[in-house]
Amino acid sequence: MLRLPAFRLRQPTSLAEACRILSGEGPAARVVAGGTDLWPNLKRRNQKASTVISLARVPELAGVRAGGEVRLGAMETLADLERAPALVTRYPALARAIGSISSPVLRNLGTLGGNVCLDTRCTYYDQNEEWRRSIHYCMKAEGRICWVAPSSPRCWAVQSADSAPMLVALDARVRLASSAGEREIPVAALYRDDGIDYLAKRPDEIVAEVALPAESDAAHLRTAFFKLRRRGSIDFGVLSVAVALRTEGGRVTDARVVLGSIASFPSPAGEVARALIGAPLTTESIRAAAQRSRAAATPMDNTDFDPRWRGQVTPVYVERTLRAAAGLDAADGA
Amino acid sequence: MPDPGIPPAGTAAPGEAAERDFAVVGTPFRRVDGRAKVTGSTRFADDLSWPRMAFVKLARSTVPHARIRGIDLTRAERVPGVLGFLTGADLPSTFGILPVSQDEHALARDLVRHVGDPIAAVAATSEDAAHEAALAIEVDYELLPTIGSVEEAIATPEPRLHGYADRGNLHKVVSMEFGDVEAGFAEADRVFEDLFFYDGNTHLPLEQHATVALPEDEGRVTVWSSTQTPHYLHRALTRVLGLPASHIRVVATPNGGGFGGKSDPFGHEIVCAAMALKLGRPARIALTREEVFYCHRGRHPVLMRLRTGVRADGTLTGQSLETTLDGGAYGSYGVASTYYTGALQTVTYRLPRYRFEAIRAFTNKPACGPKRGHGTPQPRFGWEVQLDKIAVELGLDPAALRLRNLEQPGTVTANWLRLGTVGLGSCIEAVVAGSRFRERWGRMPEGRGLGLACGSYLCGAGLPIYWNHMPQSGVAIHLDRGGGVAVFCGQTEIGQGSDSVLAAVVAEVLGVGLADIRLQVADTAFTPVDLGSYSSRVTLMVGHAAREAAERARETIARAVAAQLEVPAERLVFAERRVFDAADPGRGLAWEEAVIAAEARFGTLATTGSYIPPRSPGKYRGAGVGPSPTYSYSAAVVEVEVDRETGVWRPVQVWIAHDIGRAINPALVVGQVEGSVYMGLGEAMMEESAFRRLPKARSHALVHKFPSVLEYKSLTFEEMPPVTTYLIEEPDPAGPFGAKEVGQGPLLPIPPACANAIFDAVGVRIDQVPIHPHMVLKALEAKAKGRPPRHGPERFPEVEAELKLATGRKSKDGTMTERDEALRAGSVAVLTTKLEGKRGE
Repeated sequence: MLRLPAFRLRQPTSLAEACRILSGEGPAARVVAGGTDLWPNLKRRNQKASTVISLARVPELAGVRAGGEVRLGAMETLADLERAPALVTRYPALARAIGSISSPVLRNLGTLGGNVCLDTRCTYYDQNEEWRRSIHYCMKAEGRICWVAPSSPRCWAVQSADSAPMLVALDARVRLASSAGEREIPVAALYRDDGIDYLAKRPDEIVAEVALPAESDAAHLRTAFFKLRRRGSIDFGVLSVAVALRTEGGRVTDARVVLGSIASFPSPAGEVARALIGAPLTTESIRAAAQRSRAAATPMDNTDFDPRWRGQVTPVYVERTLRAAAGLDAADGA
Repeated sequence: MPDPGIPPAGTAAPGEAAERDFAVVGTPFRRVDGRAKVTGSTRFADDLSWPRMAFVKLARSTVPHARIRGIDLTRAERVPGVLGFLTGADLPSTFGILPVSQDEHALARDLVRHVGDPIAAVAATSEDAAHEAALAIEVDYELLPTIGSVEEAIATPEPRLHGYADRGNLHKVVSMEFGDVEAGFAEADRVFEDLFFYDGNTHLPLEQHATVALPEDEGRVTVWSSTQTPHYLHRALTRVLGLPASHIRVVATPNGGGFGGKSDPFGHEIVCAAMALKLGRPARIALTREEVFYCHRGRHPVLMRLRTGVRADGTLTGQSLETTLDGGAYGSYGVASTYYTGALQTVTYRLPRYRFEAIRAFTNKPACGPKRGHGTPQPRFGWEVQLDKIAVELGLDPAALRLRNLEQPGTVTANWLRLGTVGLGSCIEAVVAGSRFRERWGRMPEGRGLGLACGSYLCGAGLPIYWNHMPQSGVAIHLDRGGGVAVFCGQTEIGQGSDSVLAAVVAEVLGVGLADIRLQVADTAFTPVDLGSYSSRVTLMVGHAAREAAERARETIARAVAAQLEVPAERLVFAERRVFDAADPGRGLAWEEAVIAAEARFGTLATTGSYIPPRSPGKYRGAGVGPSPTYSYSAAVVEVEVDRETGVWRPVQVWIAHDIGRAINPALVVGQVEGSVYMGLGEAMMEESAFRRLPKARSHALVHKFPSVLEYKSLTFEEMPPVTTYLIEEPDPAGPFGAKEVGQGPLLPIPPACANAIFDAVGVRIDQVPIHPHMVLKALEAKAKGRPPRHGPERFPEVEAELKLATGRKSKDGTMTERDEALRAGSVAVLTTKLEGKRGE
C-alpha cells in the first residue's frame, strides 16, 4: 500500500501555540485538521512536510456559535455541520453543500477549515510519485508545464471545495489567525484564480472560523445549491452552482450566483446576477439569465467528464438551481 | 445446514420445487466462509507474516516503450534497511499464461513496453525502506516509438513489441467462415450493418494482489498468493525459477475478488519467490492500487463491424462479424480473447451461416486479458443492440424477434459448438412478464424507456490452457473415525462461493451436515489439481469431481453398512447424518458408526473423483475456444430515465432471468446475478480504461489517465437500482445435479439492454459503451437537427487482405441442416476428419 512518509507531528493545545509553531517552522510545515486531503497528498508525495501540526487538540477551533451571526469553528466536522440546527434551519443550502462533500465516512473526519483550504485538484496532479515521473511532473509540483494547457504560464488545477461557492454566495467571512495577530476577510477574498497559489492566506495563517451574516439578512435570502458529479457520493464535483437571492416586492434586489469546481477559484457568474437584478423570478427571466453563465464556465480537461459537455450543461444546471431558489421547483437536485 | 437467518432468495419458484428430494442442494444456506469474511478473520495473502520477513517493492517503468540502457542501483543501495535486489538478468526465462504467448519477463530484461512494466525489485526490512529504495533506482532509457491504438499498430509494423506476432504489431489475425455468408445475405430481405465500440475496463477487485514466499529446507519454497489459478502459477514458477515442480508449493489464499484479474501468473509473484530464495528469508509483496491497474488483464477495447441478413419475418440468414482488439503490451490470454469475440455469437439465436474475422494489436499499454465474460460482452453488446434495431426497422416486438430465432437444445451451431439445455426462451418470458415489457415498451413517456437484451456464457472452457489428457478437476475425500469428512481440491475461492459449492455437493451425497466437512483447497502440494477459477468452470467441473469422489465413498460405506445390518446396499439411504434402510428407516447406523464400520472392514477410507469435459465436434483451427459442456443463458430488461437537457441517464430498475440449470445454493446464485448486474451497469455507464498521451517532444508519456479507485469510476450503492432476479431451473444433464454457471453470464445482457432502453426513452442510438452523458446529448442534438440520431464509431480500419489468414474453412456444405443431419446419423467423426483434412485451404 501507499504509506505516509516520515514527518514530525506537533499537537498544540491552543491556537496561539499552533500559530507559534507554524511561524517557527516556516513553509516546510503543514497544518492538518481531518487529514482527508493532506494524508493522500503526502502519500502520493505531491505535497511534502517535515513537520505536521495537528489542530485536533485546539479547543478554540471547535463549536458553532449562533448569535446574530453564525460563527463556525474551523475544526467542526462536516458531518456535524451538515446536521447543525443553526445551518439546517437558517442556511439550508450551505448544510446541503457540506452534506454533498465526499462520503459519510470522510465527512466524519473532514472539517470545515480543511474543506475551505482544500488543495486544488487536477488529473495530472492527483497521482502518485511514479505516475508523475512518467509525465515529467507538472507545474503544480516539481514540473514546469501545465499539461492541461501546455502553452499556458499558469496552473489550471480546479478548486473543488463544495462549501466555498456557497460561502461566497452567502457573503461569509473567514477569520485568519497567526502569531502576528488576527484578521477577518470575505471568503471571496480568500481565493485566487491560480491553481498553485490558490489561497490569499499567508503561509503562517490558520483558518480559525467562518462567520455567516446576521440572521436578519439570512431570513430574506432565497438559496439553493447544486453539485454535478458522476456518482451520488464520494466524487468531487465537476460543476457546482451556489445561489443566494434577495427579493423585494417580487423583484430581485440582490443576486449572487457562484460556480464551483469549474475553475481554480469559486467563480462568480456576475452576468447572471446582473441579468436577474430588477427582474421578477419567472421561468423566462431565469432562463434568460442562466444562458449568460456559459461565459463564466471555462471547463478544462482535468476532471471527470467531457469538458465541452461540462460547459454546455452549465446553463441548464444554473437555471435549475435558480428555479429551486425561486421556489419554482420542489427540489434542487443536489 | 439451512440457515433460518437467511430468507429464501427472491427467485421465481420453479415448478419442480415440490418434487425436490435434496437436503442441501437447492436450499439457500450461509456460505461456509461467510462468517470469517464478515468478521475479518479470513487470512488474505497480505495478512500472512513471518519473523524476519523481507518487504519487496518493484521499480516500474516510467516510459511507455524503451530499450533499457542501464540500471543504476547505487543510490538505492544506500537506503538503510535494504537487503537485496533483483533485475531482469536474475530471471532470464520468459513466461505467460498461454503456451503460445510466453512473452513476459518477471523483470524487464531489455525492453519495457508500457508505463508500469516491472524493471527491478528491492527487498528491505520495512515497506517504507523498500519504497524509498525503489524510488531511488535509476534507469537509463533509450526511447522507442509508441503505439496507443489498434489503428496505430496497423500503421506501425516496426519496431515490433514482440517478434512472434502474426504480422508487424498485430499479435493475432483470425479469419474463419462457416457456410457461405454472402449467399445468406443474398437470401435476406435486409442486411443490417453497424459499427460498435466497447471500451476497455478493469476488474477493480477490493483486494490488491499480494504474494508471500517462504524458503524451506532442501532449496524448496512455498508461495501463498492471491491468484485465481494456483496450478498455472505453479507451472510458471517452475519454468522461471528453474526448480523441480515438486520443490515448489503454491497456495492460493482466498481472493478478495478476482473477476479474471488474478488469472495470469504475474511477475511480482515470481519475484517474491525468487527474492525469498535469494535472501533465505520469508518475503512479501503487496501491490498498490496503481500497480493493480498496471497488472490489468482487463476487458479489451473492441471495435466491431457487424452485418446480419434478415428476412422480412425476422428469420436470420447469416452474419459477418469483424472485431479489432486493443491488446496492450503482452499476449496474456489474448489469443483466446480474440477468438472469444466471435465464438459465442452463435449460441443464442439460430445463425445458419457465420463469418468471423479479428485482429488483436499490441499497444504500449498494460496488457488486456480476461474479465468477467472474457471477450464475449463486446460482441454481445453489438449483436443485442443490432437485434433491437432490426426489430424496430421490421416492426417486430424485440422479444418476439428473439424467440422466433431461438437456438434449440442439443443442437450444434454453425461454428460447431454443441449446446446443452437452452433456457433462454423461459428467461425472456420471465423478464418480459416481470417488467410488463409488451405493455410498456414503446409506450412510455418521453425520457423513460425499457430495453431488452440477452446473453449466454460457457460453463467451463472445454479445453485446458495447455494441451494434456488429464482431468481438469480432481477431488479427494478422506473420512476420519470421528465422522469428519476432509475434502481436498485444487479449486480457488475468489469470493464466488466455490468453497460452499464443493462442501454442499459432498454433504448432499453423503447425507452429512456442512459442519462435518473441512476443506483443504487450492494447494498444489496437498490437493488434486483443479485448473482454476476462470471460464465459469468451477461449479460444473469441481461439482462433478466432488460428486464422483463422494459417491465412491458412499458406495464403500454402503457395502460395510449393508453387511453389518444385512440390508441390500442399494436400499440404503444417506441422510440427516445417518445411513438407514429405506424400507425400514428405524434400521440404520449413525454416520460416525457407519464410517467406523467401513474403516474396520476396508481400512483407511479415502476416495477420489475427477472430471474431463466431453470432446467438442469442432475440429478447425480455433475450434478450441468456445466449446463447453453446456451454456448458461440470461435475459434482462432495464428501465432507464434520461434527462433530455443534459444527456444524464440512470437505470431505474433491472429485471433479469438466468438459466442456472439447477441452483446448488440459490442465495449464492442470486448474489452472483446481482454482482454481474452491478458490473454490467458499471461498464454501460462509466467504467473505462482511459489513457493520456502527451506530446512526444515534451514528455512522450502514454499513461493510464486515472489509476485510482476514486477517479476510475464504478458504481456506488447510490447508482445501483433495484434488481429483480428470476432463476430458471431446467436441470441440464451436463451439470452436477443439473447445475450451470452463474458467475459471468448475467453480465452480458446488461450493457445492450441499457443502450436499447435509452433508445426507447429518447429515440437515439448510442452504439458504444460506456454511454457518457455527452454522447446522449450529442445524439439528441443530431436528432433535433435532422441528422442520424446516433453516437458511435464512424469507421472500421481496413486491414490489407493478405493479412487475413484462411484459418477457417469456406464451403457451401456448412449449413445447419447438413450439420444436424450429419450429427443425427452419428457421422460427426467422419465430418470432422474431413474438416481436418481441409485445414489450411
